[in-house]
Amino acid sequence: MTRKRRRLYGVLLALLALGGATALALTAFQDNLVFFVSPSDVAAKPIGPERSFRLGGLVEASSVKRLGDGKTVEFRITDGPHAVPVRYTGILPDLFREGQGVVVEGKLIGGVFQAREVLAKHDENYMPREVADALKKSGHWQEDKKP
Amino acid sequence: MIAEFGHFALALALVISLAQATLPLIGAQRGDAVWVALARPFALGQFLCIAVAFAALTYAYLVSDFSVVNVARNSHSAKPLLYKISGVWGNHEGSMVLWVLMLSLFGLLVALAGNNLPPTLRARVLAIQAWIGAGFLAFILLTSNPFERIFPPPVDGNGLNPILQDPGLAFHPPFLYLGYVGFSIAFSFAVAALIEGRVDPAWARWVRPWTLAAWCALTVGIALGSYWAYYELGWGGWWFWDPVENASFMPWLAGTALLHSAAVAEKRDALKSWTILLAIIAFSLSLIGTFLVRSGVLTSVHAFATDPQRGLFILLLLVVAIGGSLTLYAIRAPRLKLGGLFHPVSREGGLVLNNLLLSTALATVFLGTLYPLFLDAIGAGKVSVGAPYFNTTFVPVMVPLVAAMAIGPMLAWKRGDLAGALGRLKFAFATAVAVTALCFALVARGPVLAPLGIGLATWVIAASLLEFAERIQLFTAPAAETWRRMRNLPRASYGMTIAHAGMGIAIIGMVAVSAWRVEVVQAMRPGDIVAAAGFTLRFEGMRELQGPNYRAEAGSFTVTRNGGLVTRLDAERRFFTDPAQLTTEAAIRSTLLGDLYVAIGDEAPGQMRTVRVWYNPLVVWIWLGAVIMALGGVVSLSDRRLRIGAPARRRAAVPAGAASAGA
Repeated sequence: MTRKRRRLYGVLLALLALGGATALALTAFQDNLVFFVSPSDVAAKPIGPERSFRLGGLVEASSVKRLGDGKTVEFRITDGPHAVPVRYTGILPDLFREGQGVVVEGKLIGGVFQAREVLAKHDENYMPREVADALKKSGHWQEDKKP
Repeated sequence: MIAEFGHFALALALVISLAQATLPLIGAQRGDAVWVALARPFALGQFLCIAVAFAALTYAYLVSDFSVVNVARNSHSAKPLLYKISGVWGNHEGSMVLWVLMLSLFGLLVALAGNNLPPTLRARVLAIQAWIGAGFLAFILLTSNPFERIFPPPVDGNGLNPILQDPGLAFHPPFLYLGYVGFSIAFSFAVAALIEGRVDPAWARWVRPWTLAAWCALTVGIALGSYWAYYELGWGGWWFWDPVENASFMPWLAGTALLHSAAVAEKRDALKSWTILLAIIAFSLSLIGTFLVRSGVLTSVHAFATDPQRGLFILLLLVVAIGGSLTLYAIRAPRLKLGGLFHPVSREGGLVLNNLLLSTALATVFLGTLYPLFLDAIGAGKVSVGAPYFNTTFVPVMVPLVAAMAIGPMLAWKRGDLAGALGRLKFAFATAVAVTALCFALVARGPVLAPLGIGLATWVIAASLLEFAERIQLFTAPAAETWRRMRNLPRASYGMTIAHAGMGIAIIGMVAVSAWRVEVVQAMRPGDIVAAAGFTLRFEGMRELQGPNYRAEAGSFTVTRNGGLVTRLDAERRFFTDPAQLTTEAAIRSTLLGDLYVAIGDEAPGQMRTVRVWYNPLVVWIWLGAVIMALGGVVSLSDRRLRIGAPARRRAAVPAGAASAGA
């Protein structure tokens, strides 16, 4: 095996790996990019039930209701002008509270957001950055009293 | 007073590191032995100063000196002792002090243990190390002073985030930092070698133990973090492909590749410039990890600082360190002489394949982690890349890697015999097929790919053991001969067998829990019963508990199987007052076969509780495997060749300057 040929094999192998990885990554991106959306965005341009996305905002005051089965919760996520009803089955994160920022992931089916996951916040001051930005955009950000 | 003393010590450390970064480097260039010799005392001085600063900060935490802002913000007088100590690095400023402490400790170890290093190389390594140290010390002093005072001091502190008050997390950052910072040594060696313009097997042999030590620490650190997330966050998951997790995982992938390519550089004098590049990449990824985690670019429990000034400073450090070293690499690497030739089918070929696949896997993780940041930066919308992306890109790359992992060690250096190696592995193959069939027979449900995954892992474990048995001629030679071979077998070989088997064990755990986990969510009143994975759980009701700095409500469960009592579990919800926060403490019954995991939610009308029960089959194998891998690294590290045999740099290759002091 000459040095040149060895190099050639090496380069070919590397290209193959790189090409394969790129193809994998591109197809995966196609299906698995999860967009972050605010309730106003949903109101402006509804999203079909097939697409999974993240919805962020504040848990609307006195909107949290428990259904009869005891494990399903309904609440509304608002960014001021608009709100989206959300349904979730399971244990809510420790810091889930009315008036607090929250991010949920799931699909919008028949006007109700079916959350697969309610993202936990790690401490009481923490506000998901996406939520903060969305609130600023809709003009409901209060600098002195962080929600 | 003590705090001011600590602050002064840090400033002194910066001055020393600046001297250490320049004088020995000039000395090595000019061949001035006196200036070269300065590197060692400087390294010692720098370490001592930082140690004093760290001790001063720890003291402030121990006595709860709330006139120090950092202590007031992150500690509380009622906190248990362990968490007062771990509070030192449970915040941004303190964790950076820990980072530089580790950095200078590694520098000191090179200065002390590097007796067999040529003085000029050592001087250069220590100088590069000092550049990194100076950068981070300046960062601490200019943007994140941990010793800042406050007047008047508050009566009590804010306390540490309760979810960080956990033994697993007390040790997670130090291990992670040992790993990150350990790669800085490989980086410094790489840059020093580029400055010298020479890489030989001796160089690779010096780099390997440091890389190995860093890799072991990083493995343990990641495993601790993953285990903590599993039992503390109450979601029952062990890995979330969260950007912060990826930030620690990427250096691990690069470090693993580096370990393997350094073996080729050491044994066969090949892949040298690639090894250098990997050393630079591994540490660069550690820096990027620090940047991602500490700059507030990502929102997570780790993002202490959201001060843009800090992010900018780290970014600047990043640009200088990574850009500088890569530029140097571009200039110098072409000059490195090509090493030994090898056939594609050979041990070297196998290790090249390992490196290719690990790098590819690394690239997919890198892309998935940074792509959302990139999109956000160009204003193209906010996205997140979740587990599905990583599962569809990372896993397909890992499968051939794991499959090849069994074959590589069976091949000879230079030119291997693939058919022969496969023939020798037929027993491993048969075992893997048998285990796969067994899985299909035992578990009817779950994805079809899962038993194949278990089979793949079995293939690796069996092949590792087989390779070991072959080396000691188990059952083919008399017992005395086997015993003699066992004693003479290098520890590095033991290490490889152990680490590869550990990887297989971890994979079995990952596959099993991903494919066969059982999850039941149910609303329960006291006296209600829920069934999961053959267990019956009876909810006995709630009771109050009092902890050292929290009160808790615990839901008690009686667990039975086929009528017999298995255990009692208490799933808690803890209410901390400083800071006011609620945490979920899952109740876990852990066995080798699987974990029964119970978490409880808040109260619904009528004494009803949402109860979430998981059965996670073989989940502890994941961390057990990781620990075994790290253990393999430690065993390999104890190889006497790395300690004693290393210094003999080939005489002929040593230039006049370094030769006199070479060995």
